[in-house]
Parts: sequence; structure tokens; C-alpha cells
Amino acid sequence: MLNASKHLLFILAPLVVVFALLPGVYQNHLLLFNFVIFLILAQGVNIIYGFTGYLPFGYVGFFGAGAYGFAIMVMHLQTPAPLAVLVGGLVAIALGLLLTPLLRLSGAYFAIANLAASLAVLHFVANPALEGITKGPYGVSLTGTFNPTHAYYAAVVVMALTVGAVIYLKNSPFGLALQAVREDAVSASMAGVNIIKMRVIAWLASALVAGLAGGIYAWYVSVFYPDNVFSGEFSIFAIVFALFGGVATITGPIVGVLILYGIYNLIGFTTPQYFQLIYGLLIMGLVLFLPAGLVSLATRRGWHVP
Amino acid sequence: MSPEKTPILKVSKLVKRFGGFHALDGLSFHVVPGEILGLVGPNGSGKTTAINVISGLYAPDGGEVVFDGASSGGVASHKLVHRGINRTFQVPKPFLSLTVRENIQVALAYGGAAGAPSIAELLEEYRLKEVADRPAADLNSAQQKMLDLTRALATRPRLLLLDELAAGLNPAELDWIAGRIKALAATGMAIIVVEHLMGFIEQITDRVIVLNAGKEIFEGTLATAVREPQVIEVFLGGEHAH
Repeated sequence: MLNASKHLLFILAPLVVVFALLPGVYQNHLLLFNFVIFLILAQGVNIIYGFTGYLPFGYVGFFGAGAYGFAIMVMHLQTPAPLAVLVGGLVAIALGLLLTPLLRLSGAYFAIANLAASLAVLHFVANPALEGITKGPYGVSLTGTFNPTHAYYAAVVVMALTVGAVIYLKNSPFGLALQAVREDAVSASMAGVNIIKMRVIAWLASALVAGLAGGIYAWYVSVFYPDNVFSGEFSIFAIVFALFGGVATITGPIVGVLILYGIYNLIGFTTPQYFQLIYGLLIMGLVLFLPAGLVSLATRRGWHVP
Repeated sequence: MSPEKTPILKVSKLVKRFGGFHALDGLSFHVVPGEILGLVGPNGSGKTTAINVISGLYAPDGGEVVFDGASSGGVASHKLVHRGINRTFQVPKPFLSLTVRENIQVALAYGGAAGAPSIAELLEEYRLKEVADRPAADLNSAQQKMLDLTRALATRPRLLLLDELAAGLNPAELDWIAGRIKALAATGMAIIVVEHLMGFIEQITDRVIVLNAGKEIFEGTLATAVREPQVIEVFLGGEHAH
């Protein structure tokens, strides 16, 4: 069997089935929804960081842009929710296009510039002068489209597509070329790879994923403020989850989300007073002892991790 | 070299500046298909800069580079790869976390031309078969140089630029790689070799160009070059030239 088929069958299919069935047996649907959203965002980070090496500290900019793309379509044009989600994705792509000059930077410079860009988008959206369009700092209320069940399943679909995209990257010459660009851009160009085009495609794919997630998030919660959907926590969590599991793999970000977000909620419910301490220690331990993520426990032994 | 052949590469009055420093200062030369041309000169004479301009890594500040009848100065590297130019690097630059096989796969998928050798052939011919599924980071420096070369050959270049490929190889490896380079030239590939190892240059080149301060100071066989006072002066200092 081809590797890609194996990955679809043994990673993607079980993940989709589990998250499609869980709402029937577990009552905390908001928690399940958040899991799916972080699975999408962690894989989105994986696409841009794992495969091209750009660390998107302002990744939430695309998420917030998607949420507001959704909200504006619903508020002003009464667009049906699924279509508005797609527009959310397109708005994120448009923002990604606007930010392509950032790809000239690398390392910490890119991360900082990306963070600044996401803050700029937040303050643009939250500007009281734009109240007529975005509702400014006063937040939006989208009661007409409120349907958490549909929004949840839409999130599962986007998660499936995102994990499918990563499976494609892991099994195609395209994904190999992206990794080549990450490893050594000059050598990649001498392998015939158009490095600018590759970086832009990965950047926009990653933006699209976050934009769709943002649109679905807006659909699910229906009432939100700019600070909610542009909260830096989305970027930080998505990055930490992806790194915790191990980037440039299919399973790493999934394992990262399931374990770390699981622990996050477990500590939050049981011993909230120690929450920050335990969580901080856990992340420090990871950075110190497993900088390549949990999957490196297996790869160090020579095992292949998909 | 067959003088009747049309040059595949013509470099005319090439200038490349870095700030006030003229790395290339009016360099002109040509190479024909099937020829092995040596670029020699002291450190800083512009050899690697010339390779970098020809392979599209640097845009020239003046002069002209014509490859296969069309101007190629300032054209992006990946486009030049598709047109038939490739190179190796002085310090090999493999994709370290990818396996040897994947390194070659990228070049075959994105730069491969019709008639390009297969991965199996390249692995076999350049002694990488045993390490094919190991990450490139695990290779020793001689193996990384061969991987750099196979990455270039996978794109089936018509002009191959070798930047100090022989440095660090042992005598047996040098003889073997000299044979490989001659065999490539025999297929009609034009090859430019930048090298400090004069014995190696003498063994494989048809003609050398001696550079100093970004200019050509000699063109001809290496055997003649070593008797030229100007060449001796550049390499060994003025008092040896007389």
C-alpha cells in the first residue's frame, strides 16, 4: 500500500471518525470544538513552520481575519454560514498576499514582523471609525447563523482537509521541495525549485487553513470581540502544540494537541491554582530535553514517524 | 577542445562589485560543449564569484553572460537550471535532514530534464548506494560532495560548474572523480572547474584561465601557464618571477 493511503487510512480516518462521534457520547461540546480548532491551527503552523521554517508568531492574524470575514458577510450580506466560512478563508488569503513581503525576512525577524502585522490587523478591525463595517471594539453578534452543531461538523471537515493537505506534503515531491527550501534555499534553487513560489504557496495554504478555522469559530461562538479572535493565545498555543508533538510530521501536531491541550484542560479543571506553574514547567522541559518534539523519542531510535 | 564548436557559454567584460571591491573586473572567456575549462587563481581572484554569477546567484553589475545563445546574466537560478546550467558548492550544501535519495528526488522532480539519469544510476555511479536512505547530515564531507554533484547531475546540465569538488578527497578518490568528470565531458557536457589542486587541474582540463583581481591574466594549457612570469608572480610573489 502506498504511504499516502496508509496515512489516510490509519491517521486521518480514525481522527475524523473519533471527532465525528464524540459529541454523541461526551457532553462538553465546546471543549471538543476547541480541540478540533487547535488541531486545524497546529497543522496550519506545521505547514508553514514545519515545511518551510517560518515561525508565524502572528498566526492569529489569519484566524481573526477569517472570523471577521465571516462576520461581515453574515452581518451585511446575510450570506449563508458555509459560504461565509469560505469567504473567511479568502480574506485570510488576501491578508497573506498582503504580507508576502515578510517572507523576505527569516528567523526571529520574520516572527516579530508577523506578530506586529497581526496586531496591526487587530487594531484596524477594532478601530471605532470602522464601526459601520466591523462594529469596531464593540464586538459582533451573529444570532442569525447560530448553529454550533453545524459549525462543529464544518470544523471536522476543515480539520480533515488540513490533515489531508499535510499527508499530501509528507508524500509528494511538492512537500519534499518545500523541505528542501527550508533546509537550504540556495541549493533548492539549484535543484530547479522556484523558492519564492514555493514559500508563497505554503504561506497562503497556511493562511487559508487559519482563515477557515476563524470563520468556523465565529459561526460557533456567534458573539465575540476583536480581542477574542485576535488573542495571541491562539498563535502561541498552536505553535506550542505543533512543536511539542514535532513539526514536519503528520502525527506530531496531532499528538501535541491531544496531549498538551488535554493536560491544559485537566489542570484547569482540577488544580487551577497550579495551572501556569505546571504548564510552564512542561513546556520548559520539552524545549530543554526534546527540542524536536515528542516524535523525536521515536526518530532517535531510528523508527520512522509519519 | 574542438575550435569549430560554438561556445555554449560566453562571458564578456563581466563586472561584479561588492561595495567598492571589484570581485570581477571585466572578465571575458568562453567554453564549448565537451570542454573542461579550469579557472585558477589565488584566493580572492574572483573564481567563485564568476561561478556564482554564471549560476544566477549574483546578478552582474556589468558585462554580459550568454548561455546557449541567450542572455543569462541576472536570470534566477532555478530558471538557469531548467535551461541547462548547474553547479556544486565549495562547501557542499545538501538538504541535511532529507535522505540522500530524497535529496536527489527533489532535483529530479523540479529540475529534471528528459534523459536525466535515474536515482539508482546516480547512487551507483557516485558511490552513494549504501547510504541512500540515511539523512544527508550523516554523510562524511567527501560523500556530501558527491551528493552535491548528483543533485546537479539529476537536472542533466549542459554546463556544469564544479567549485573545488576535489578539495579534501584522497588520491584514490581524486583519480576516480577525475575519470568521472572526463566521462561527463565526453558526453558533450561543458564543464568549468574551479580548483586549487594543480595536479588535478592538469589531469582533467583542456585549457585554463588564470584570474587575478577579477581579471584574466592568462589563457592556455596549465603546462604553459606555470612558465608564465605573470602567473608565477601572482601565485608566488614577484621575486620568483625572474
